[in-house]
Amino acid sequence: MASVDQEGGDAAGGGSSSNNSSSGARAAADGNRAGIGGMIHPGKYGIERVAYWLMRLTGLGLLAYFIGHIYETSSILQGKMGWDDFLAITQTTEGHILLAIVIGMCVFHTVNGIRVMLGHGGVGVGRAARPDYPYVPASQNYRHKIGIYTAIVLAAIAMMYGLAVMFGV
Amino acid sequence: MALQAAGSASSQPSAQRPGTQRTITLRIARSNPAHDSTTVGFDDFDVPYEKWTTVLDAILEVKKMFDHSVGVRYSCRQATCGSCGMMINGRPRLACFTKIDELNSSVVTVEPLQNFPVIRDLAVGFDSLFENHREVRPYLDRDDTELDNTPDGELKEYAQSPEELEQYIQFANCIKCGLCNAACPTMATDSSFLGPQALAQAYRYVGDSRDRGKDSRLKMIDDSHGIWRCHFAGSCSQVCPKGVDPAMGIQMLRGYMLGFGGGNQKK
Ligand code: HEM
Ligand code: SF4
Ligand code: FES
Repeated sequence: MASVDQEGGDAAGGGSSSNNSSSGARAAADGNRAGIGGMIHPGKYGIERVAYWLMRLTGLGLLAYFIGHIYETSSILQGKMGWDDFLAITQTTEGHILLAIVIGMCVFHTVNGIRVMLGHGGVGVGRAARPDYPYVPASQNYRHKIGIYTAIVLAAIAMMYGLAVMFGV
Repeated sequence: MALQAAGSASSQPSAQRPGTQRTITLRIARSNPAHDSTTVGFDDFDVPYEKWTTVLDAILEVKKMFDHSVGVRYSCRQATCGSCGMMINGRPRLACFTKIDELNSSVVTVEPLQNFPVIRDLAVGFDSLFENHREVRPYLDRDDTELDNTPDGELKEYAQSPEELEQYIQFANCIKCGLCNAACPTMATDSSFLGPQALAQAYRYVGDSRDRGKDSRLKMIDDSHGIWRCHFAGSCSQVCPKGVDPAMGIQMLRGYMLGFGGGNQKK
């Protein structure tokens, strides 16, 4: 049986991930691996899964902004003219919208990041107990859900405030 | 091609049992990677069902009435052996523990569990699951044994209070069905990740007052493809059919390793 298994794993090769494992059994698991698309699955696994990929997206978005930001501020080396020219880009409608998105990403990533760090430390994930049908998982509780919705709502409020200031409403 | 099941309302009106017999379309993913690595097809079957019909019942009906070559693995039919996990309408579930009725869908699509290599049709290989489970040393680790005789010739048991039992008994419910690993977004891309099943079992023994093997177990999971790869998306816990809540075990274990004293784990 094991050989059929192994063959199946190698032949299927559906997953897009590279095979960086030394263990044969784990390498065989590459077949049918869901890949990047399988990370998302919106709707199938609740708000916790949405928070998971929003956290990743905002993390990468902030990293991109951070690099751009260093490039932007380095324009000071070209003197006041260079600095003013660059700042002018952010004074356009597109620039305002972009900055509003950065504000939103920043607020969500920070607030949700605090929730994730607490969760990673075992805080607010419930207590182990004898399981009873219908087996509602205690770690997927209202505390963490409230944390996620708070992060989303605060991000939305911050974005709206930012847009109001930038567009001078 | 949709095949009509014998025993459906029209063919056997007189043999009808009381209650409303309805029909769903069961879409079964078909593939045989050992012979053809690329083709994954679906076969549709119209299957009658009752309120109590499980997805496994429906698959077995198809095997009995239309196509006995459908590849499926099952044994206990009562959510105990962990053999019959599959993607049912896109979510990992036990086929024997999922009633057609609760899916509220006129089409039920069954596919092999994600993140596991397909053997054929709905059967996947569990080598990696079992290998990772073994790696966390899933047994009480100590020098003496319960069978050691005491000086007065009595067998001795490891004493444990009900409170100490509560610390880990939930995680001991695991039936190694692999649903958690199929739902896990890290498992979707990282072939070296230990996975929620094994990590929850690491906690099951770390949290057991009788165990003395904490150090070697923690060393094993303290790896970039070990416990630190978990992002607490929680999907494992949402699909676990036995209330193990692997995400809780993993966070408590990580809290313990980080010195938070996470959850109810004593140092
Ligand atoms: C106070 C502010 C911040 C907090 C509390 C925070 C917290 C976190 C946490 C807890 C994670 C891990 C999430 C997980 O395990 O899934 C994370 C990931 C990440 N963060 Fe932050 N972060 C902050 C600011 C930033 C900034 C300013 C940047 C960019 C320059 C950034 C970029 C990232 C990236 C790229 C990831 C990886 C995403 C992933 O792999 O899922 N973060 N952050
Ligand atoms: S933790 Fe739950 S979902 Fe995962 S293998 Fe064990 S019983 Fe199955
Ligand atoms: S047949 Fe045993 S768990 Fe479903």
